[in-house]
Amino acid sequence: MADAYKIDETVDITNVVCPVTFVKTKVALEELDDGQILSVHMKDGEPVQNVPRSVKEEGHQILKLIDNEDGTYDLIVKKVGD
Amino acid sequence: MPFTDEQLERYSRHIILKEIGVKGQKKLMNGSVLIIGAGGLGAPAAMYLAAAGVGKIGIADADSVDLSNLQRQIIHTTADLGKPKVESAAETMKAINPEVEVETYHKFLTSSNILDIVKDYDFVLDGTDNFPAKFLINDACVMADKPFSHAGILRFKGQLMTIIPHETPCYRCVFKTMPPKDAIPSCKEAGVVGAMAGVIGSLQALEAVKYLTGAGDLLTGKLLTFDALHNKFHTIALPPRGNGCDVCSDHPKITELIDYEQPACALK
Repeated sequence: MADAYKIDETVDITNVVCPVTFVKTKVALEELDDGQILSVHMKDGEPVQNVPRSVKEEGHQILKLIDNEDGTYDLIVKKVGD
Repeated sequence: MPFTDEQLERYSRHIILKEIGVKGQKKLMNGSVLIIGAGGLGAPAAMYLAAAGVGKIGIADADSVDLSNLQRQIIHTTADLGKPKVESAAETMKAINPEVEVETYHKFLTSSNILDIVKDYDFVLDGTDNFPAKFLINDACVMADKPFSHAGILRFKGQLMTIIPHETPCYRCVFKTMPPKDAIPSCKEAGVVGAMAGVIGSLQALEAVKYLTGAGDLLTGKLLTFDALHNKFHTIALPPRGNGCDVCSDHPKITELIDYEQPACALK
C-alpha cells in the first residue's frame, strides 16, 4: 500500500494522455530533492506500460507499482539526483 | 513560475528530453536571442527558436520582402511582398508561438548601433549575406563578449561555427579580413539552393538552443561545412583562438568597429 511509504508529493496523471503523462511526472520529480518520494496516480494501459519505464530511464528508483484494483495504479518513485 | 498545462503540452517534446527537461525549457523561456538578418538563414532559425519558446527574440533587417526571397526565406509568404522583413518575420513567429516576445529592428546594423543592440541578448545569430556585416558582427560580439553563431551559404554549400569570445576562435581568427573585391560572388549572383538555408539556419537554431540549455557540446573551435551535392558534412578543427588575431587576441589591433564597404556588385 502507498501508506507504507513516506510520500513527499503526489501527482495525478489520470486526466492526461501520452506524452503529457510522463511530462507531468517529470515536472513533479524535478520539484523534489534527492531521495524524496513521489506517488504517481495513473490509469491502467498505456501509462502503466510507459511511465515507469521512462522514469527508470531518467535514473530514478521505482519502489513499487501498486494496483488499486479500480483501473488505476500508484507508482512510488524515489528521486535520484538533484 | 510553474508551467501551465498548455505549456507542458506545447513543450512536451523538449521536457521529455533528458538533456533539456524542465530546467532546460525554463532556460529557453528565460533566454534571449538576436537574429541579424531575416533572410534565408534567419527564417528557419527564427521559426524554430519561436517554436522552442525562447523568451525574447530580436530580429534585425532593413529590407522588405521581395519575390526573389520566397524561394528560401520561408518565414515570409507571398502575401508579405513589400512588407518589412522584420514585420513579416515577427508575425510568423507570433503565429507559431504567441508566448514569445519579439523585438524588431528595421534598420541596418552598423558600427554605431550594433553594440547597443547585442548587449540586450544572451546569444547572437549571424544570418547575414555579406562580408562587411559578418566582420562587423564578429568584432562587435568579441568586444561585447557575446556568444554567437556564424554561418554562410552559397550554391549547394554551407558552413557554420559558434564563437564564445575570448575562449574559442572567432570568425576573424579564421578568415582574417575582408576577401578581395569580387573574389566571392554574392548569393544573388551565384545562386543558392533554398533548402541549404533551411539546413544551416536550423543548425544555427540548434546551437542557440544548446547554448541556452547547456545541452551537449557547442560547435566551437570547429568549422562545420556541408556540401549537399556530394552529401558531405565535415567538421574542421581550428587552431586555438587569439593567436595573432586582430580582434580577439590579448593585444588586439582592432579596438573600434569598422564599417567595411560593401562591394559594388552586392549593393542593392
